[in-house]
Amino acid sequence: MDNVHLVSGQAHERSHSDRAAVADSLVVPPLRRRRRAHPWHVLLAPAFGLVLLAIWTLVARSGLYASFIVPSPASVAERWWGLASSGALARHTAVTLREVLTGLLVGVWTAFWLGYLIARSRPVAYMLTPYLVALQAVPIVAIAPLLIIWFGADVTSKVIICALIVFFPMLVNTVIGMRSIPPELRDLMRALEATPLQTFWHLELPAALPIVIGGLKVSATLSVIGAVVGEFVSASAGLGYLINFGRGTYDTPLVIAAVFTLTALALILYGLAAWLERILLGWQRVNEHP
Amino acid sequence: MISTAILAAEHITHIYRAPEGDVPALDDVSFRLARESFTCLVGPSGCGKSTLLRIMAGLLTPTSGRVLLDGQPLTRAQRRVGIVFQKANLMPWRTVAGNLSLPLELAGLPPAERLERTRAMLELTGLEGFAGTYPAALSGGMAQRVAIGRALIHDPEVLLLDEPFGSLDALTREQMSEELLRIWAHHRKTVLMVTHSISEAVLLADRVLVMGPRPARLVADVPIPLQRPRSLELLHQPDFVALTERVRRAIRLA
Repeated sequence: MDNVHLVSGQAHERSHSDRAAVADSLVVPPLRRRRRAHPWHVLLAPAFGLVLLAIWTLVARSGLYASFIVPSPASVAERWWGLASSGALARHTAVTLREVLTGLLVGVWTAFWLGYLIARSRPVAYMLTPYLVALQAVPIVAIAPLLIIWFGADVTSKVIICALIVFFPMLVNTVIGMRSIPPELRDLMRALEATPLQTFWHLELPAALPIVIGGLKVSATLSVIGAVVGEFVSASAGLGYLINFGRGTYDTPLVIAAVFTLTALALILYGLAAWLERILLGWQRVNEHP
Repeated sequence: MISTAILAAEHITHIYRAPEGDVPALDDVSFRLARESFTCLVGPSGCGKSTLLRIMAGLLTPTSGRVLLDGQPLTRAQRRVGIVFQKANLMPWRTVAGNLSLPLELAGLPPAERLERTRAMLELTGLEGFAGTYPAALSGGMAQRVAIGRALIHDPEVLLLDEPFGSLDALTREQMSEELLRIWAHHRKTVLMVTHSISEAVLLADRVLVMGPRPARLVADVPIPLQRPRSLELLHQPDFVALTERVRRAIRLA
């Protein structure tokens, strides 16, 4: 996945296998040749969605597939609404959300400080890098059962799985962000006799923030995967559990309804990270229009 | 003379250690800067001028020799020495006013005083209308004005300038020299400025130190007895031209 040398660590590109950034770059052309968007451009995405929905409906109604293989959109919507009105959906979503948010927080927090340490200390970088890369190379899905054995089938194991998945992009971005700080600005802080805390607060954190938040955006979407992986292995509640349950009982509408809910959850988290970016990095947007 | 010196270099030698072999940068450089004097350091590019300035700022420890600030050995960077780099080196996430007030924030001044001093500095540097502007929207000359203001705002005794106008176009550069003269008249500091422009050095300085090629040593110390206040008009006068010729010759002979 992320093949970045934490030790030699030149800050090459801002984004790397960063799905979020890829999504951004698809919409915003890299060379800002600003063509004014026509008002109807905003209707293109919803219109395309309707087309996809129509195709789905046609396939479901064609009679080629049994309804438990390809249920109609209407039956999925009905199932979703049923879950929502009974309160079951909210309950399961709450379970997953709690795992996701705790895992995200733990993973991001640990990765940030570890990344900071690696960026600041060469011995630490040399000592930890091989293990961190090895950790990243381990398929999380494969060690999820192990984690469940060790930490039990309740929230803790899911939080850990989630934190592990979130960890690496955040770590890599923190290291790159911290290493991208111009040495001249460090000289300036030294010349002004800034304390280590002042240097962190007034230079390191704001200078690295654009890249760190890039990592947070990737991590936010990955965190949902982490929780679901954990729930797939063993759980008694959560959206991943619903999917597993639906599959076992051939309740395909339930599976699809849960998948859509998960997608919405991931999108909301990504949106929150993007919102945070707008708030904290307002100065970047100012710079785009001199 | 000795008692009025505020910053002194004593037998400074610096060697950059590299795997391919050692690179000598400075060879036994000594000089003293009189209080409130303006000294320019000229020399061929890559001769170690910037290295010397970093050493004088306490940002780099010389291989041997020492720097004295007010008679005390300088072992680390100090607030009493302000520094302006070749690039403006502003923080892109801070506005012009925010960049100016950074040294005051780090020194822990109360907000009211920070505001007051920042306003005064905006005025002095001619940046009144740009307090809320971000650096990316500034021209090179304006950015460098902010950098100079930032170096002056906490009132350091010594100001070190490392080719501050090196990246500016010729026209802006002349304007900025004049601007610097005006600001210096308001804030008399001991200034040491590295430049590769001989006319800039003669226009600004009381004294021009000439460095030879690598490993650099001081080859000439040219006093500039031109009357102050000075302006760009000086550039065409015979005694100014004669002084630039003297400096030029010293560089060529080095």
